Amino acid sequence: MNQKNTISRTTDLSNKDYKWGFSTNVDTELAPKGLNEDIVRLISSKKNEPKWLLDWRLKAYNYWTDLESKKEEPKWSMINYPGIDFQDIYYYAAPVSSEKSPESLDDVDPEMLEAFDKLGIPLHEREKLAGVAVDAVFDSVSVATTFADKLAELGIIFCSFTEAVKNHPDLIKKYLGSVVPYTDNFYSALNSAVFSDGSFAYIPPGVKCPMELMTYFRINTEGSGQFERTLIVADKDSYVSYLEGCTAPMRKSSQLHAAVVELVALEDSEIKYSTIQNWFPGTKDGEGGVYNFVTKRGRAEKSAKISWTQVETGSAITWKYPSVILKGDNSVGEFFSVALANNYQQADTGTKMIHIGKNTKSTIVSKGISAGKGNNTYRGSVQILPKAENATNHTQCDSLLIGDKCGAHTVPYIEVKNPTAKLEHEASTSKVSDDQLFYLMSRGLSEEEAHHMIITGWSRDVIKELPFEFAVEASQLLKVSLEGAVG
Amino acid sequence: MLEIKNLHSSVTDDSNIKILNGVNLSISPGEVHVIMGPNGSGKSTLANLLMGRPDYEITEGEIKFDNKLINELPTDKRSHLGMFLAFQYPVEVPGVRPWQFLKASLDSKYEALDQEKISVREFNKIFEKNVEEVGIKSDLIKRSLNEGFSGGEKKRNEILQLKILKPKLAIMDETDSGLDIDALKVVSEGINSMRSEERSFLIVTHYQRLLNYVKPDFVHVLIGGEIVKSGRSELALEIENSGYKSYIT
Repeated sequence: MNQKNTISRTTDLSNKDYKWGFSTNVDTELAPKGLNEDIVRLISSKKNEPKWLLDWRLKAYNYWTDLESKKEEPKWSMINYPGIDFQDIYYYAAPVSSEKSPESLDDVDPEMLEAFDKLGIPLHEREKLAGVAVDAVFDSVSVATTFADKLAELGIIFCSFTEAVKNHPDLIKKYLGSVVPYTDNFYSALNSAVFSDGSFAYIPPGVKCPMELMTYFRINTEGSGQFERTLIVADKDSYVSYLEGCTAPMRKSSQLHAAVVELVALEDSEIKYSTIQNWFPGTKDGEGGVYNFVTKRGRAEKSAKISWTQVETGSAITWKYPSVILKGDNSVGEFFSVALANNYQQADTGTKMIHIGKNTKSTIVSKGISAGKGNNTYRGSVQILPKAENATNHTQCDSLLIGDKCGAHTVPYIEVKNPTAKLEHEASTSKVSDDQLFYLMSRGLSEEEAHHMIITGWSRDVIKELPFEFAVEASQLLKVSLEGAVG
Repeated sequence: MLEIKNLHSSVTDDSNIKILNGVNLSISPGEVHVIMGPNGSGKSTLANLLMGRPDYEITEGEIKFDNKLINELPTDKRSHLGMFLAFQYPVEVPGVRPWQFLKASLDSKYEALDQEKISVREFNKIFEKNVEEVGIKSDLIKRSLNEGFSGGEKKRNEILQLKILKPKLAIMDETDSGLDIDALKVVSEGINSMRSEERSFLIVTHYQRLLNYVKPDFVHVLIGGEIVKSGRSELALEIENSGYKSYIT
């Protein structure tokens, strides 16, 4: 089923420069720059939100303001950047044509559709054949959700966050902030105060979602921040595979992206969450680029499974630790990651596996590729709490260096409070060897092709976890992202 | 086909380390040449230098392939011209499947020749047939290139590539070393099956035993970076009996 939509989404990735570097002239409604209580109220009222949600936003806002005034941005990661001026950012940017929600695709601004076309997102009927339901978030307002009807037959809810607040308030009220409370960290507090849209999915008990659910995120307005929220709830014994893609146009100034993703996997359910993150990484000289501060976490109840797979090729700064709380007995958490840092990119990424239940099992496979002057850090935490009898973790983190000006760092934290736990940690650092290059080139591959083959081969343990069409795209992205770094 | 004139070379990182000191060699289409010599005589360097390995540098002389000067030609372009090196120590490439690697190699060849690439289906047939012929276990070939392969399996894999890529000139760098008798037979059968009027071989070896199975047209003795003696296949037997001593001056 996955393979059917391969073609439409993987063509044309061979451009030398950042492919997504166009911006769209859609009329945009902007709230004034900067953040204060009025902005939070404005966002909430634009969305006709119920009072409880506004109150929640305001609590988050106050919490964040307190942190901000004490300058308590997280500083522990291995990234360097000039301080972010949080008053110099647009917190609300909505395409004007979406003031009234579009009734159908015909009501969507044609320019916007064209932009999606360039992104390779087919918002057409052929989608149905492809088996992907796309919820496209353009700047912050969700444009059109395809296939909701088809999914609705099965009782699956897949819609924008705003619609979910309107149509499924009980679910949102129950689960919003239940995995990532607004007090979790600086950026989750900020997001909770100002998030403008995002995606929501709910899979009812016993239902295996028959298609991949996908959201494409894109930042368009210059100087705007993007703060989307994703909430996925897999009810008992259900299954869903969810894909997330991200792009942003080239901008000389940096852009802030602070998203929150919460996954709730109830008893015996499984959520597979795959990301290809290709935000603008900045120019070759390190100008501009997206600052990506993202909080992603899932909670796995009894015998449930949560699996994160990510390919991170974009962003000037990546600060991201998709984690799993293994709350229920026999629950399983997985994290597969390829992170690439080329030119002046900095990636500090990894995961947290928090073992609470008995016989819980986690697997971490992290592959960091550093090139140019890029800096790549794996930061991971494995916690075995006192009641987690017979918990096991296997961690493997590998670093690959290209050139001699880049850096790779591995920072694993392990905390074990139950003596029955079994933990394994493997780490390696390697370079693309001259012998490998010569071998492949002696069979006719160009130096660039040889590099690409060695690097994707090295990343295969992660890439093979992706749905097929995403895997092809990931491999192409690695190639494009490394152009200029090799040869 | 291959014309080597007064070839001198040194290690790229240290020009004081001279390895070849004026090699002359000419190989015509269809001929099988063998280069023998003691350890450190420069045999493997010659094989690798012909394929353009960056570790070695040509300081004097020239290499021509099909009348084209290739001294400075990158390795991949030499492959496209029809040159092939079977490695003494084939390197492991994690995560890269032999199938994928060979398909990409063949694609690059056809692309360079401006010919149409063969389809996946067609390639599958060729691949499976040849895998069976060289006797590589089918589960092994599904894994990473050379990873977890025994010494013999790596050499069989080199023969597999030779059979699929069908070069004009195959340089075999001690492909026979470290092989048990079965693998040695596979290697020599591979070479013999590929012999033709258009295809030439340059076989670098320590031992005469491969020559029990592959009959060369010419044998050369390389010592101290120079070819000190050339002859017909009898020369190999002579060396087997009396060693290299008599050639070392």
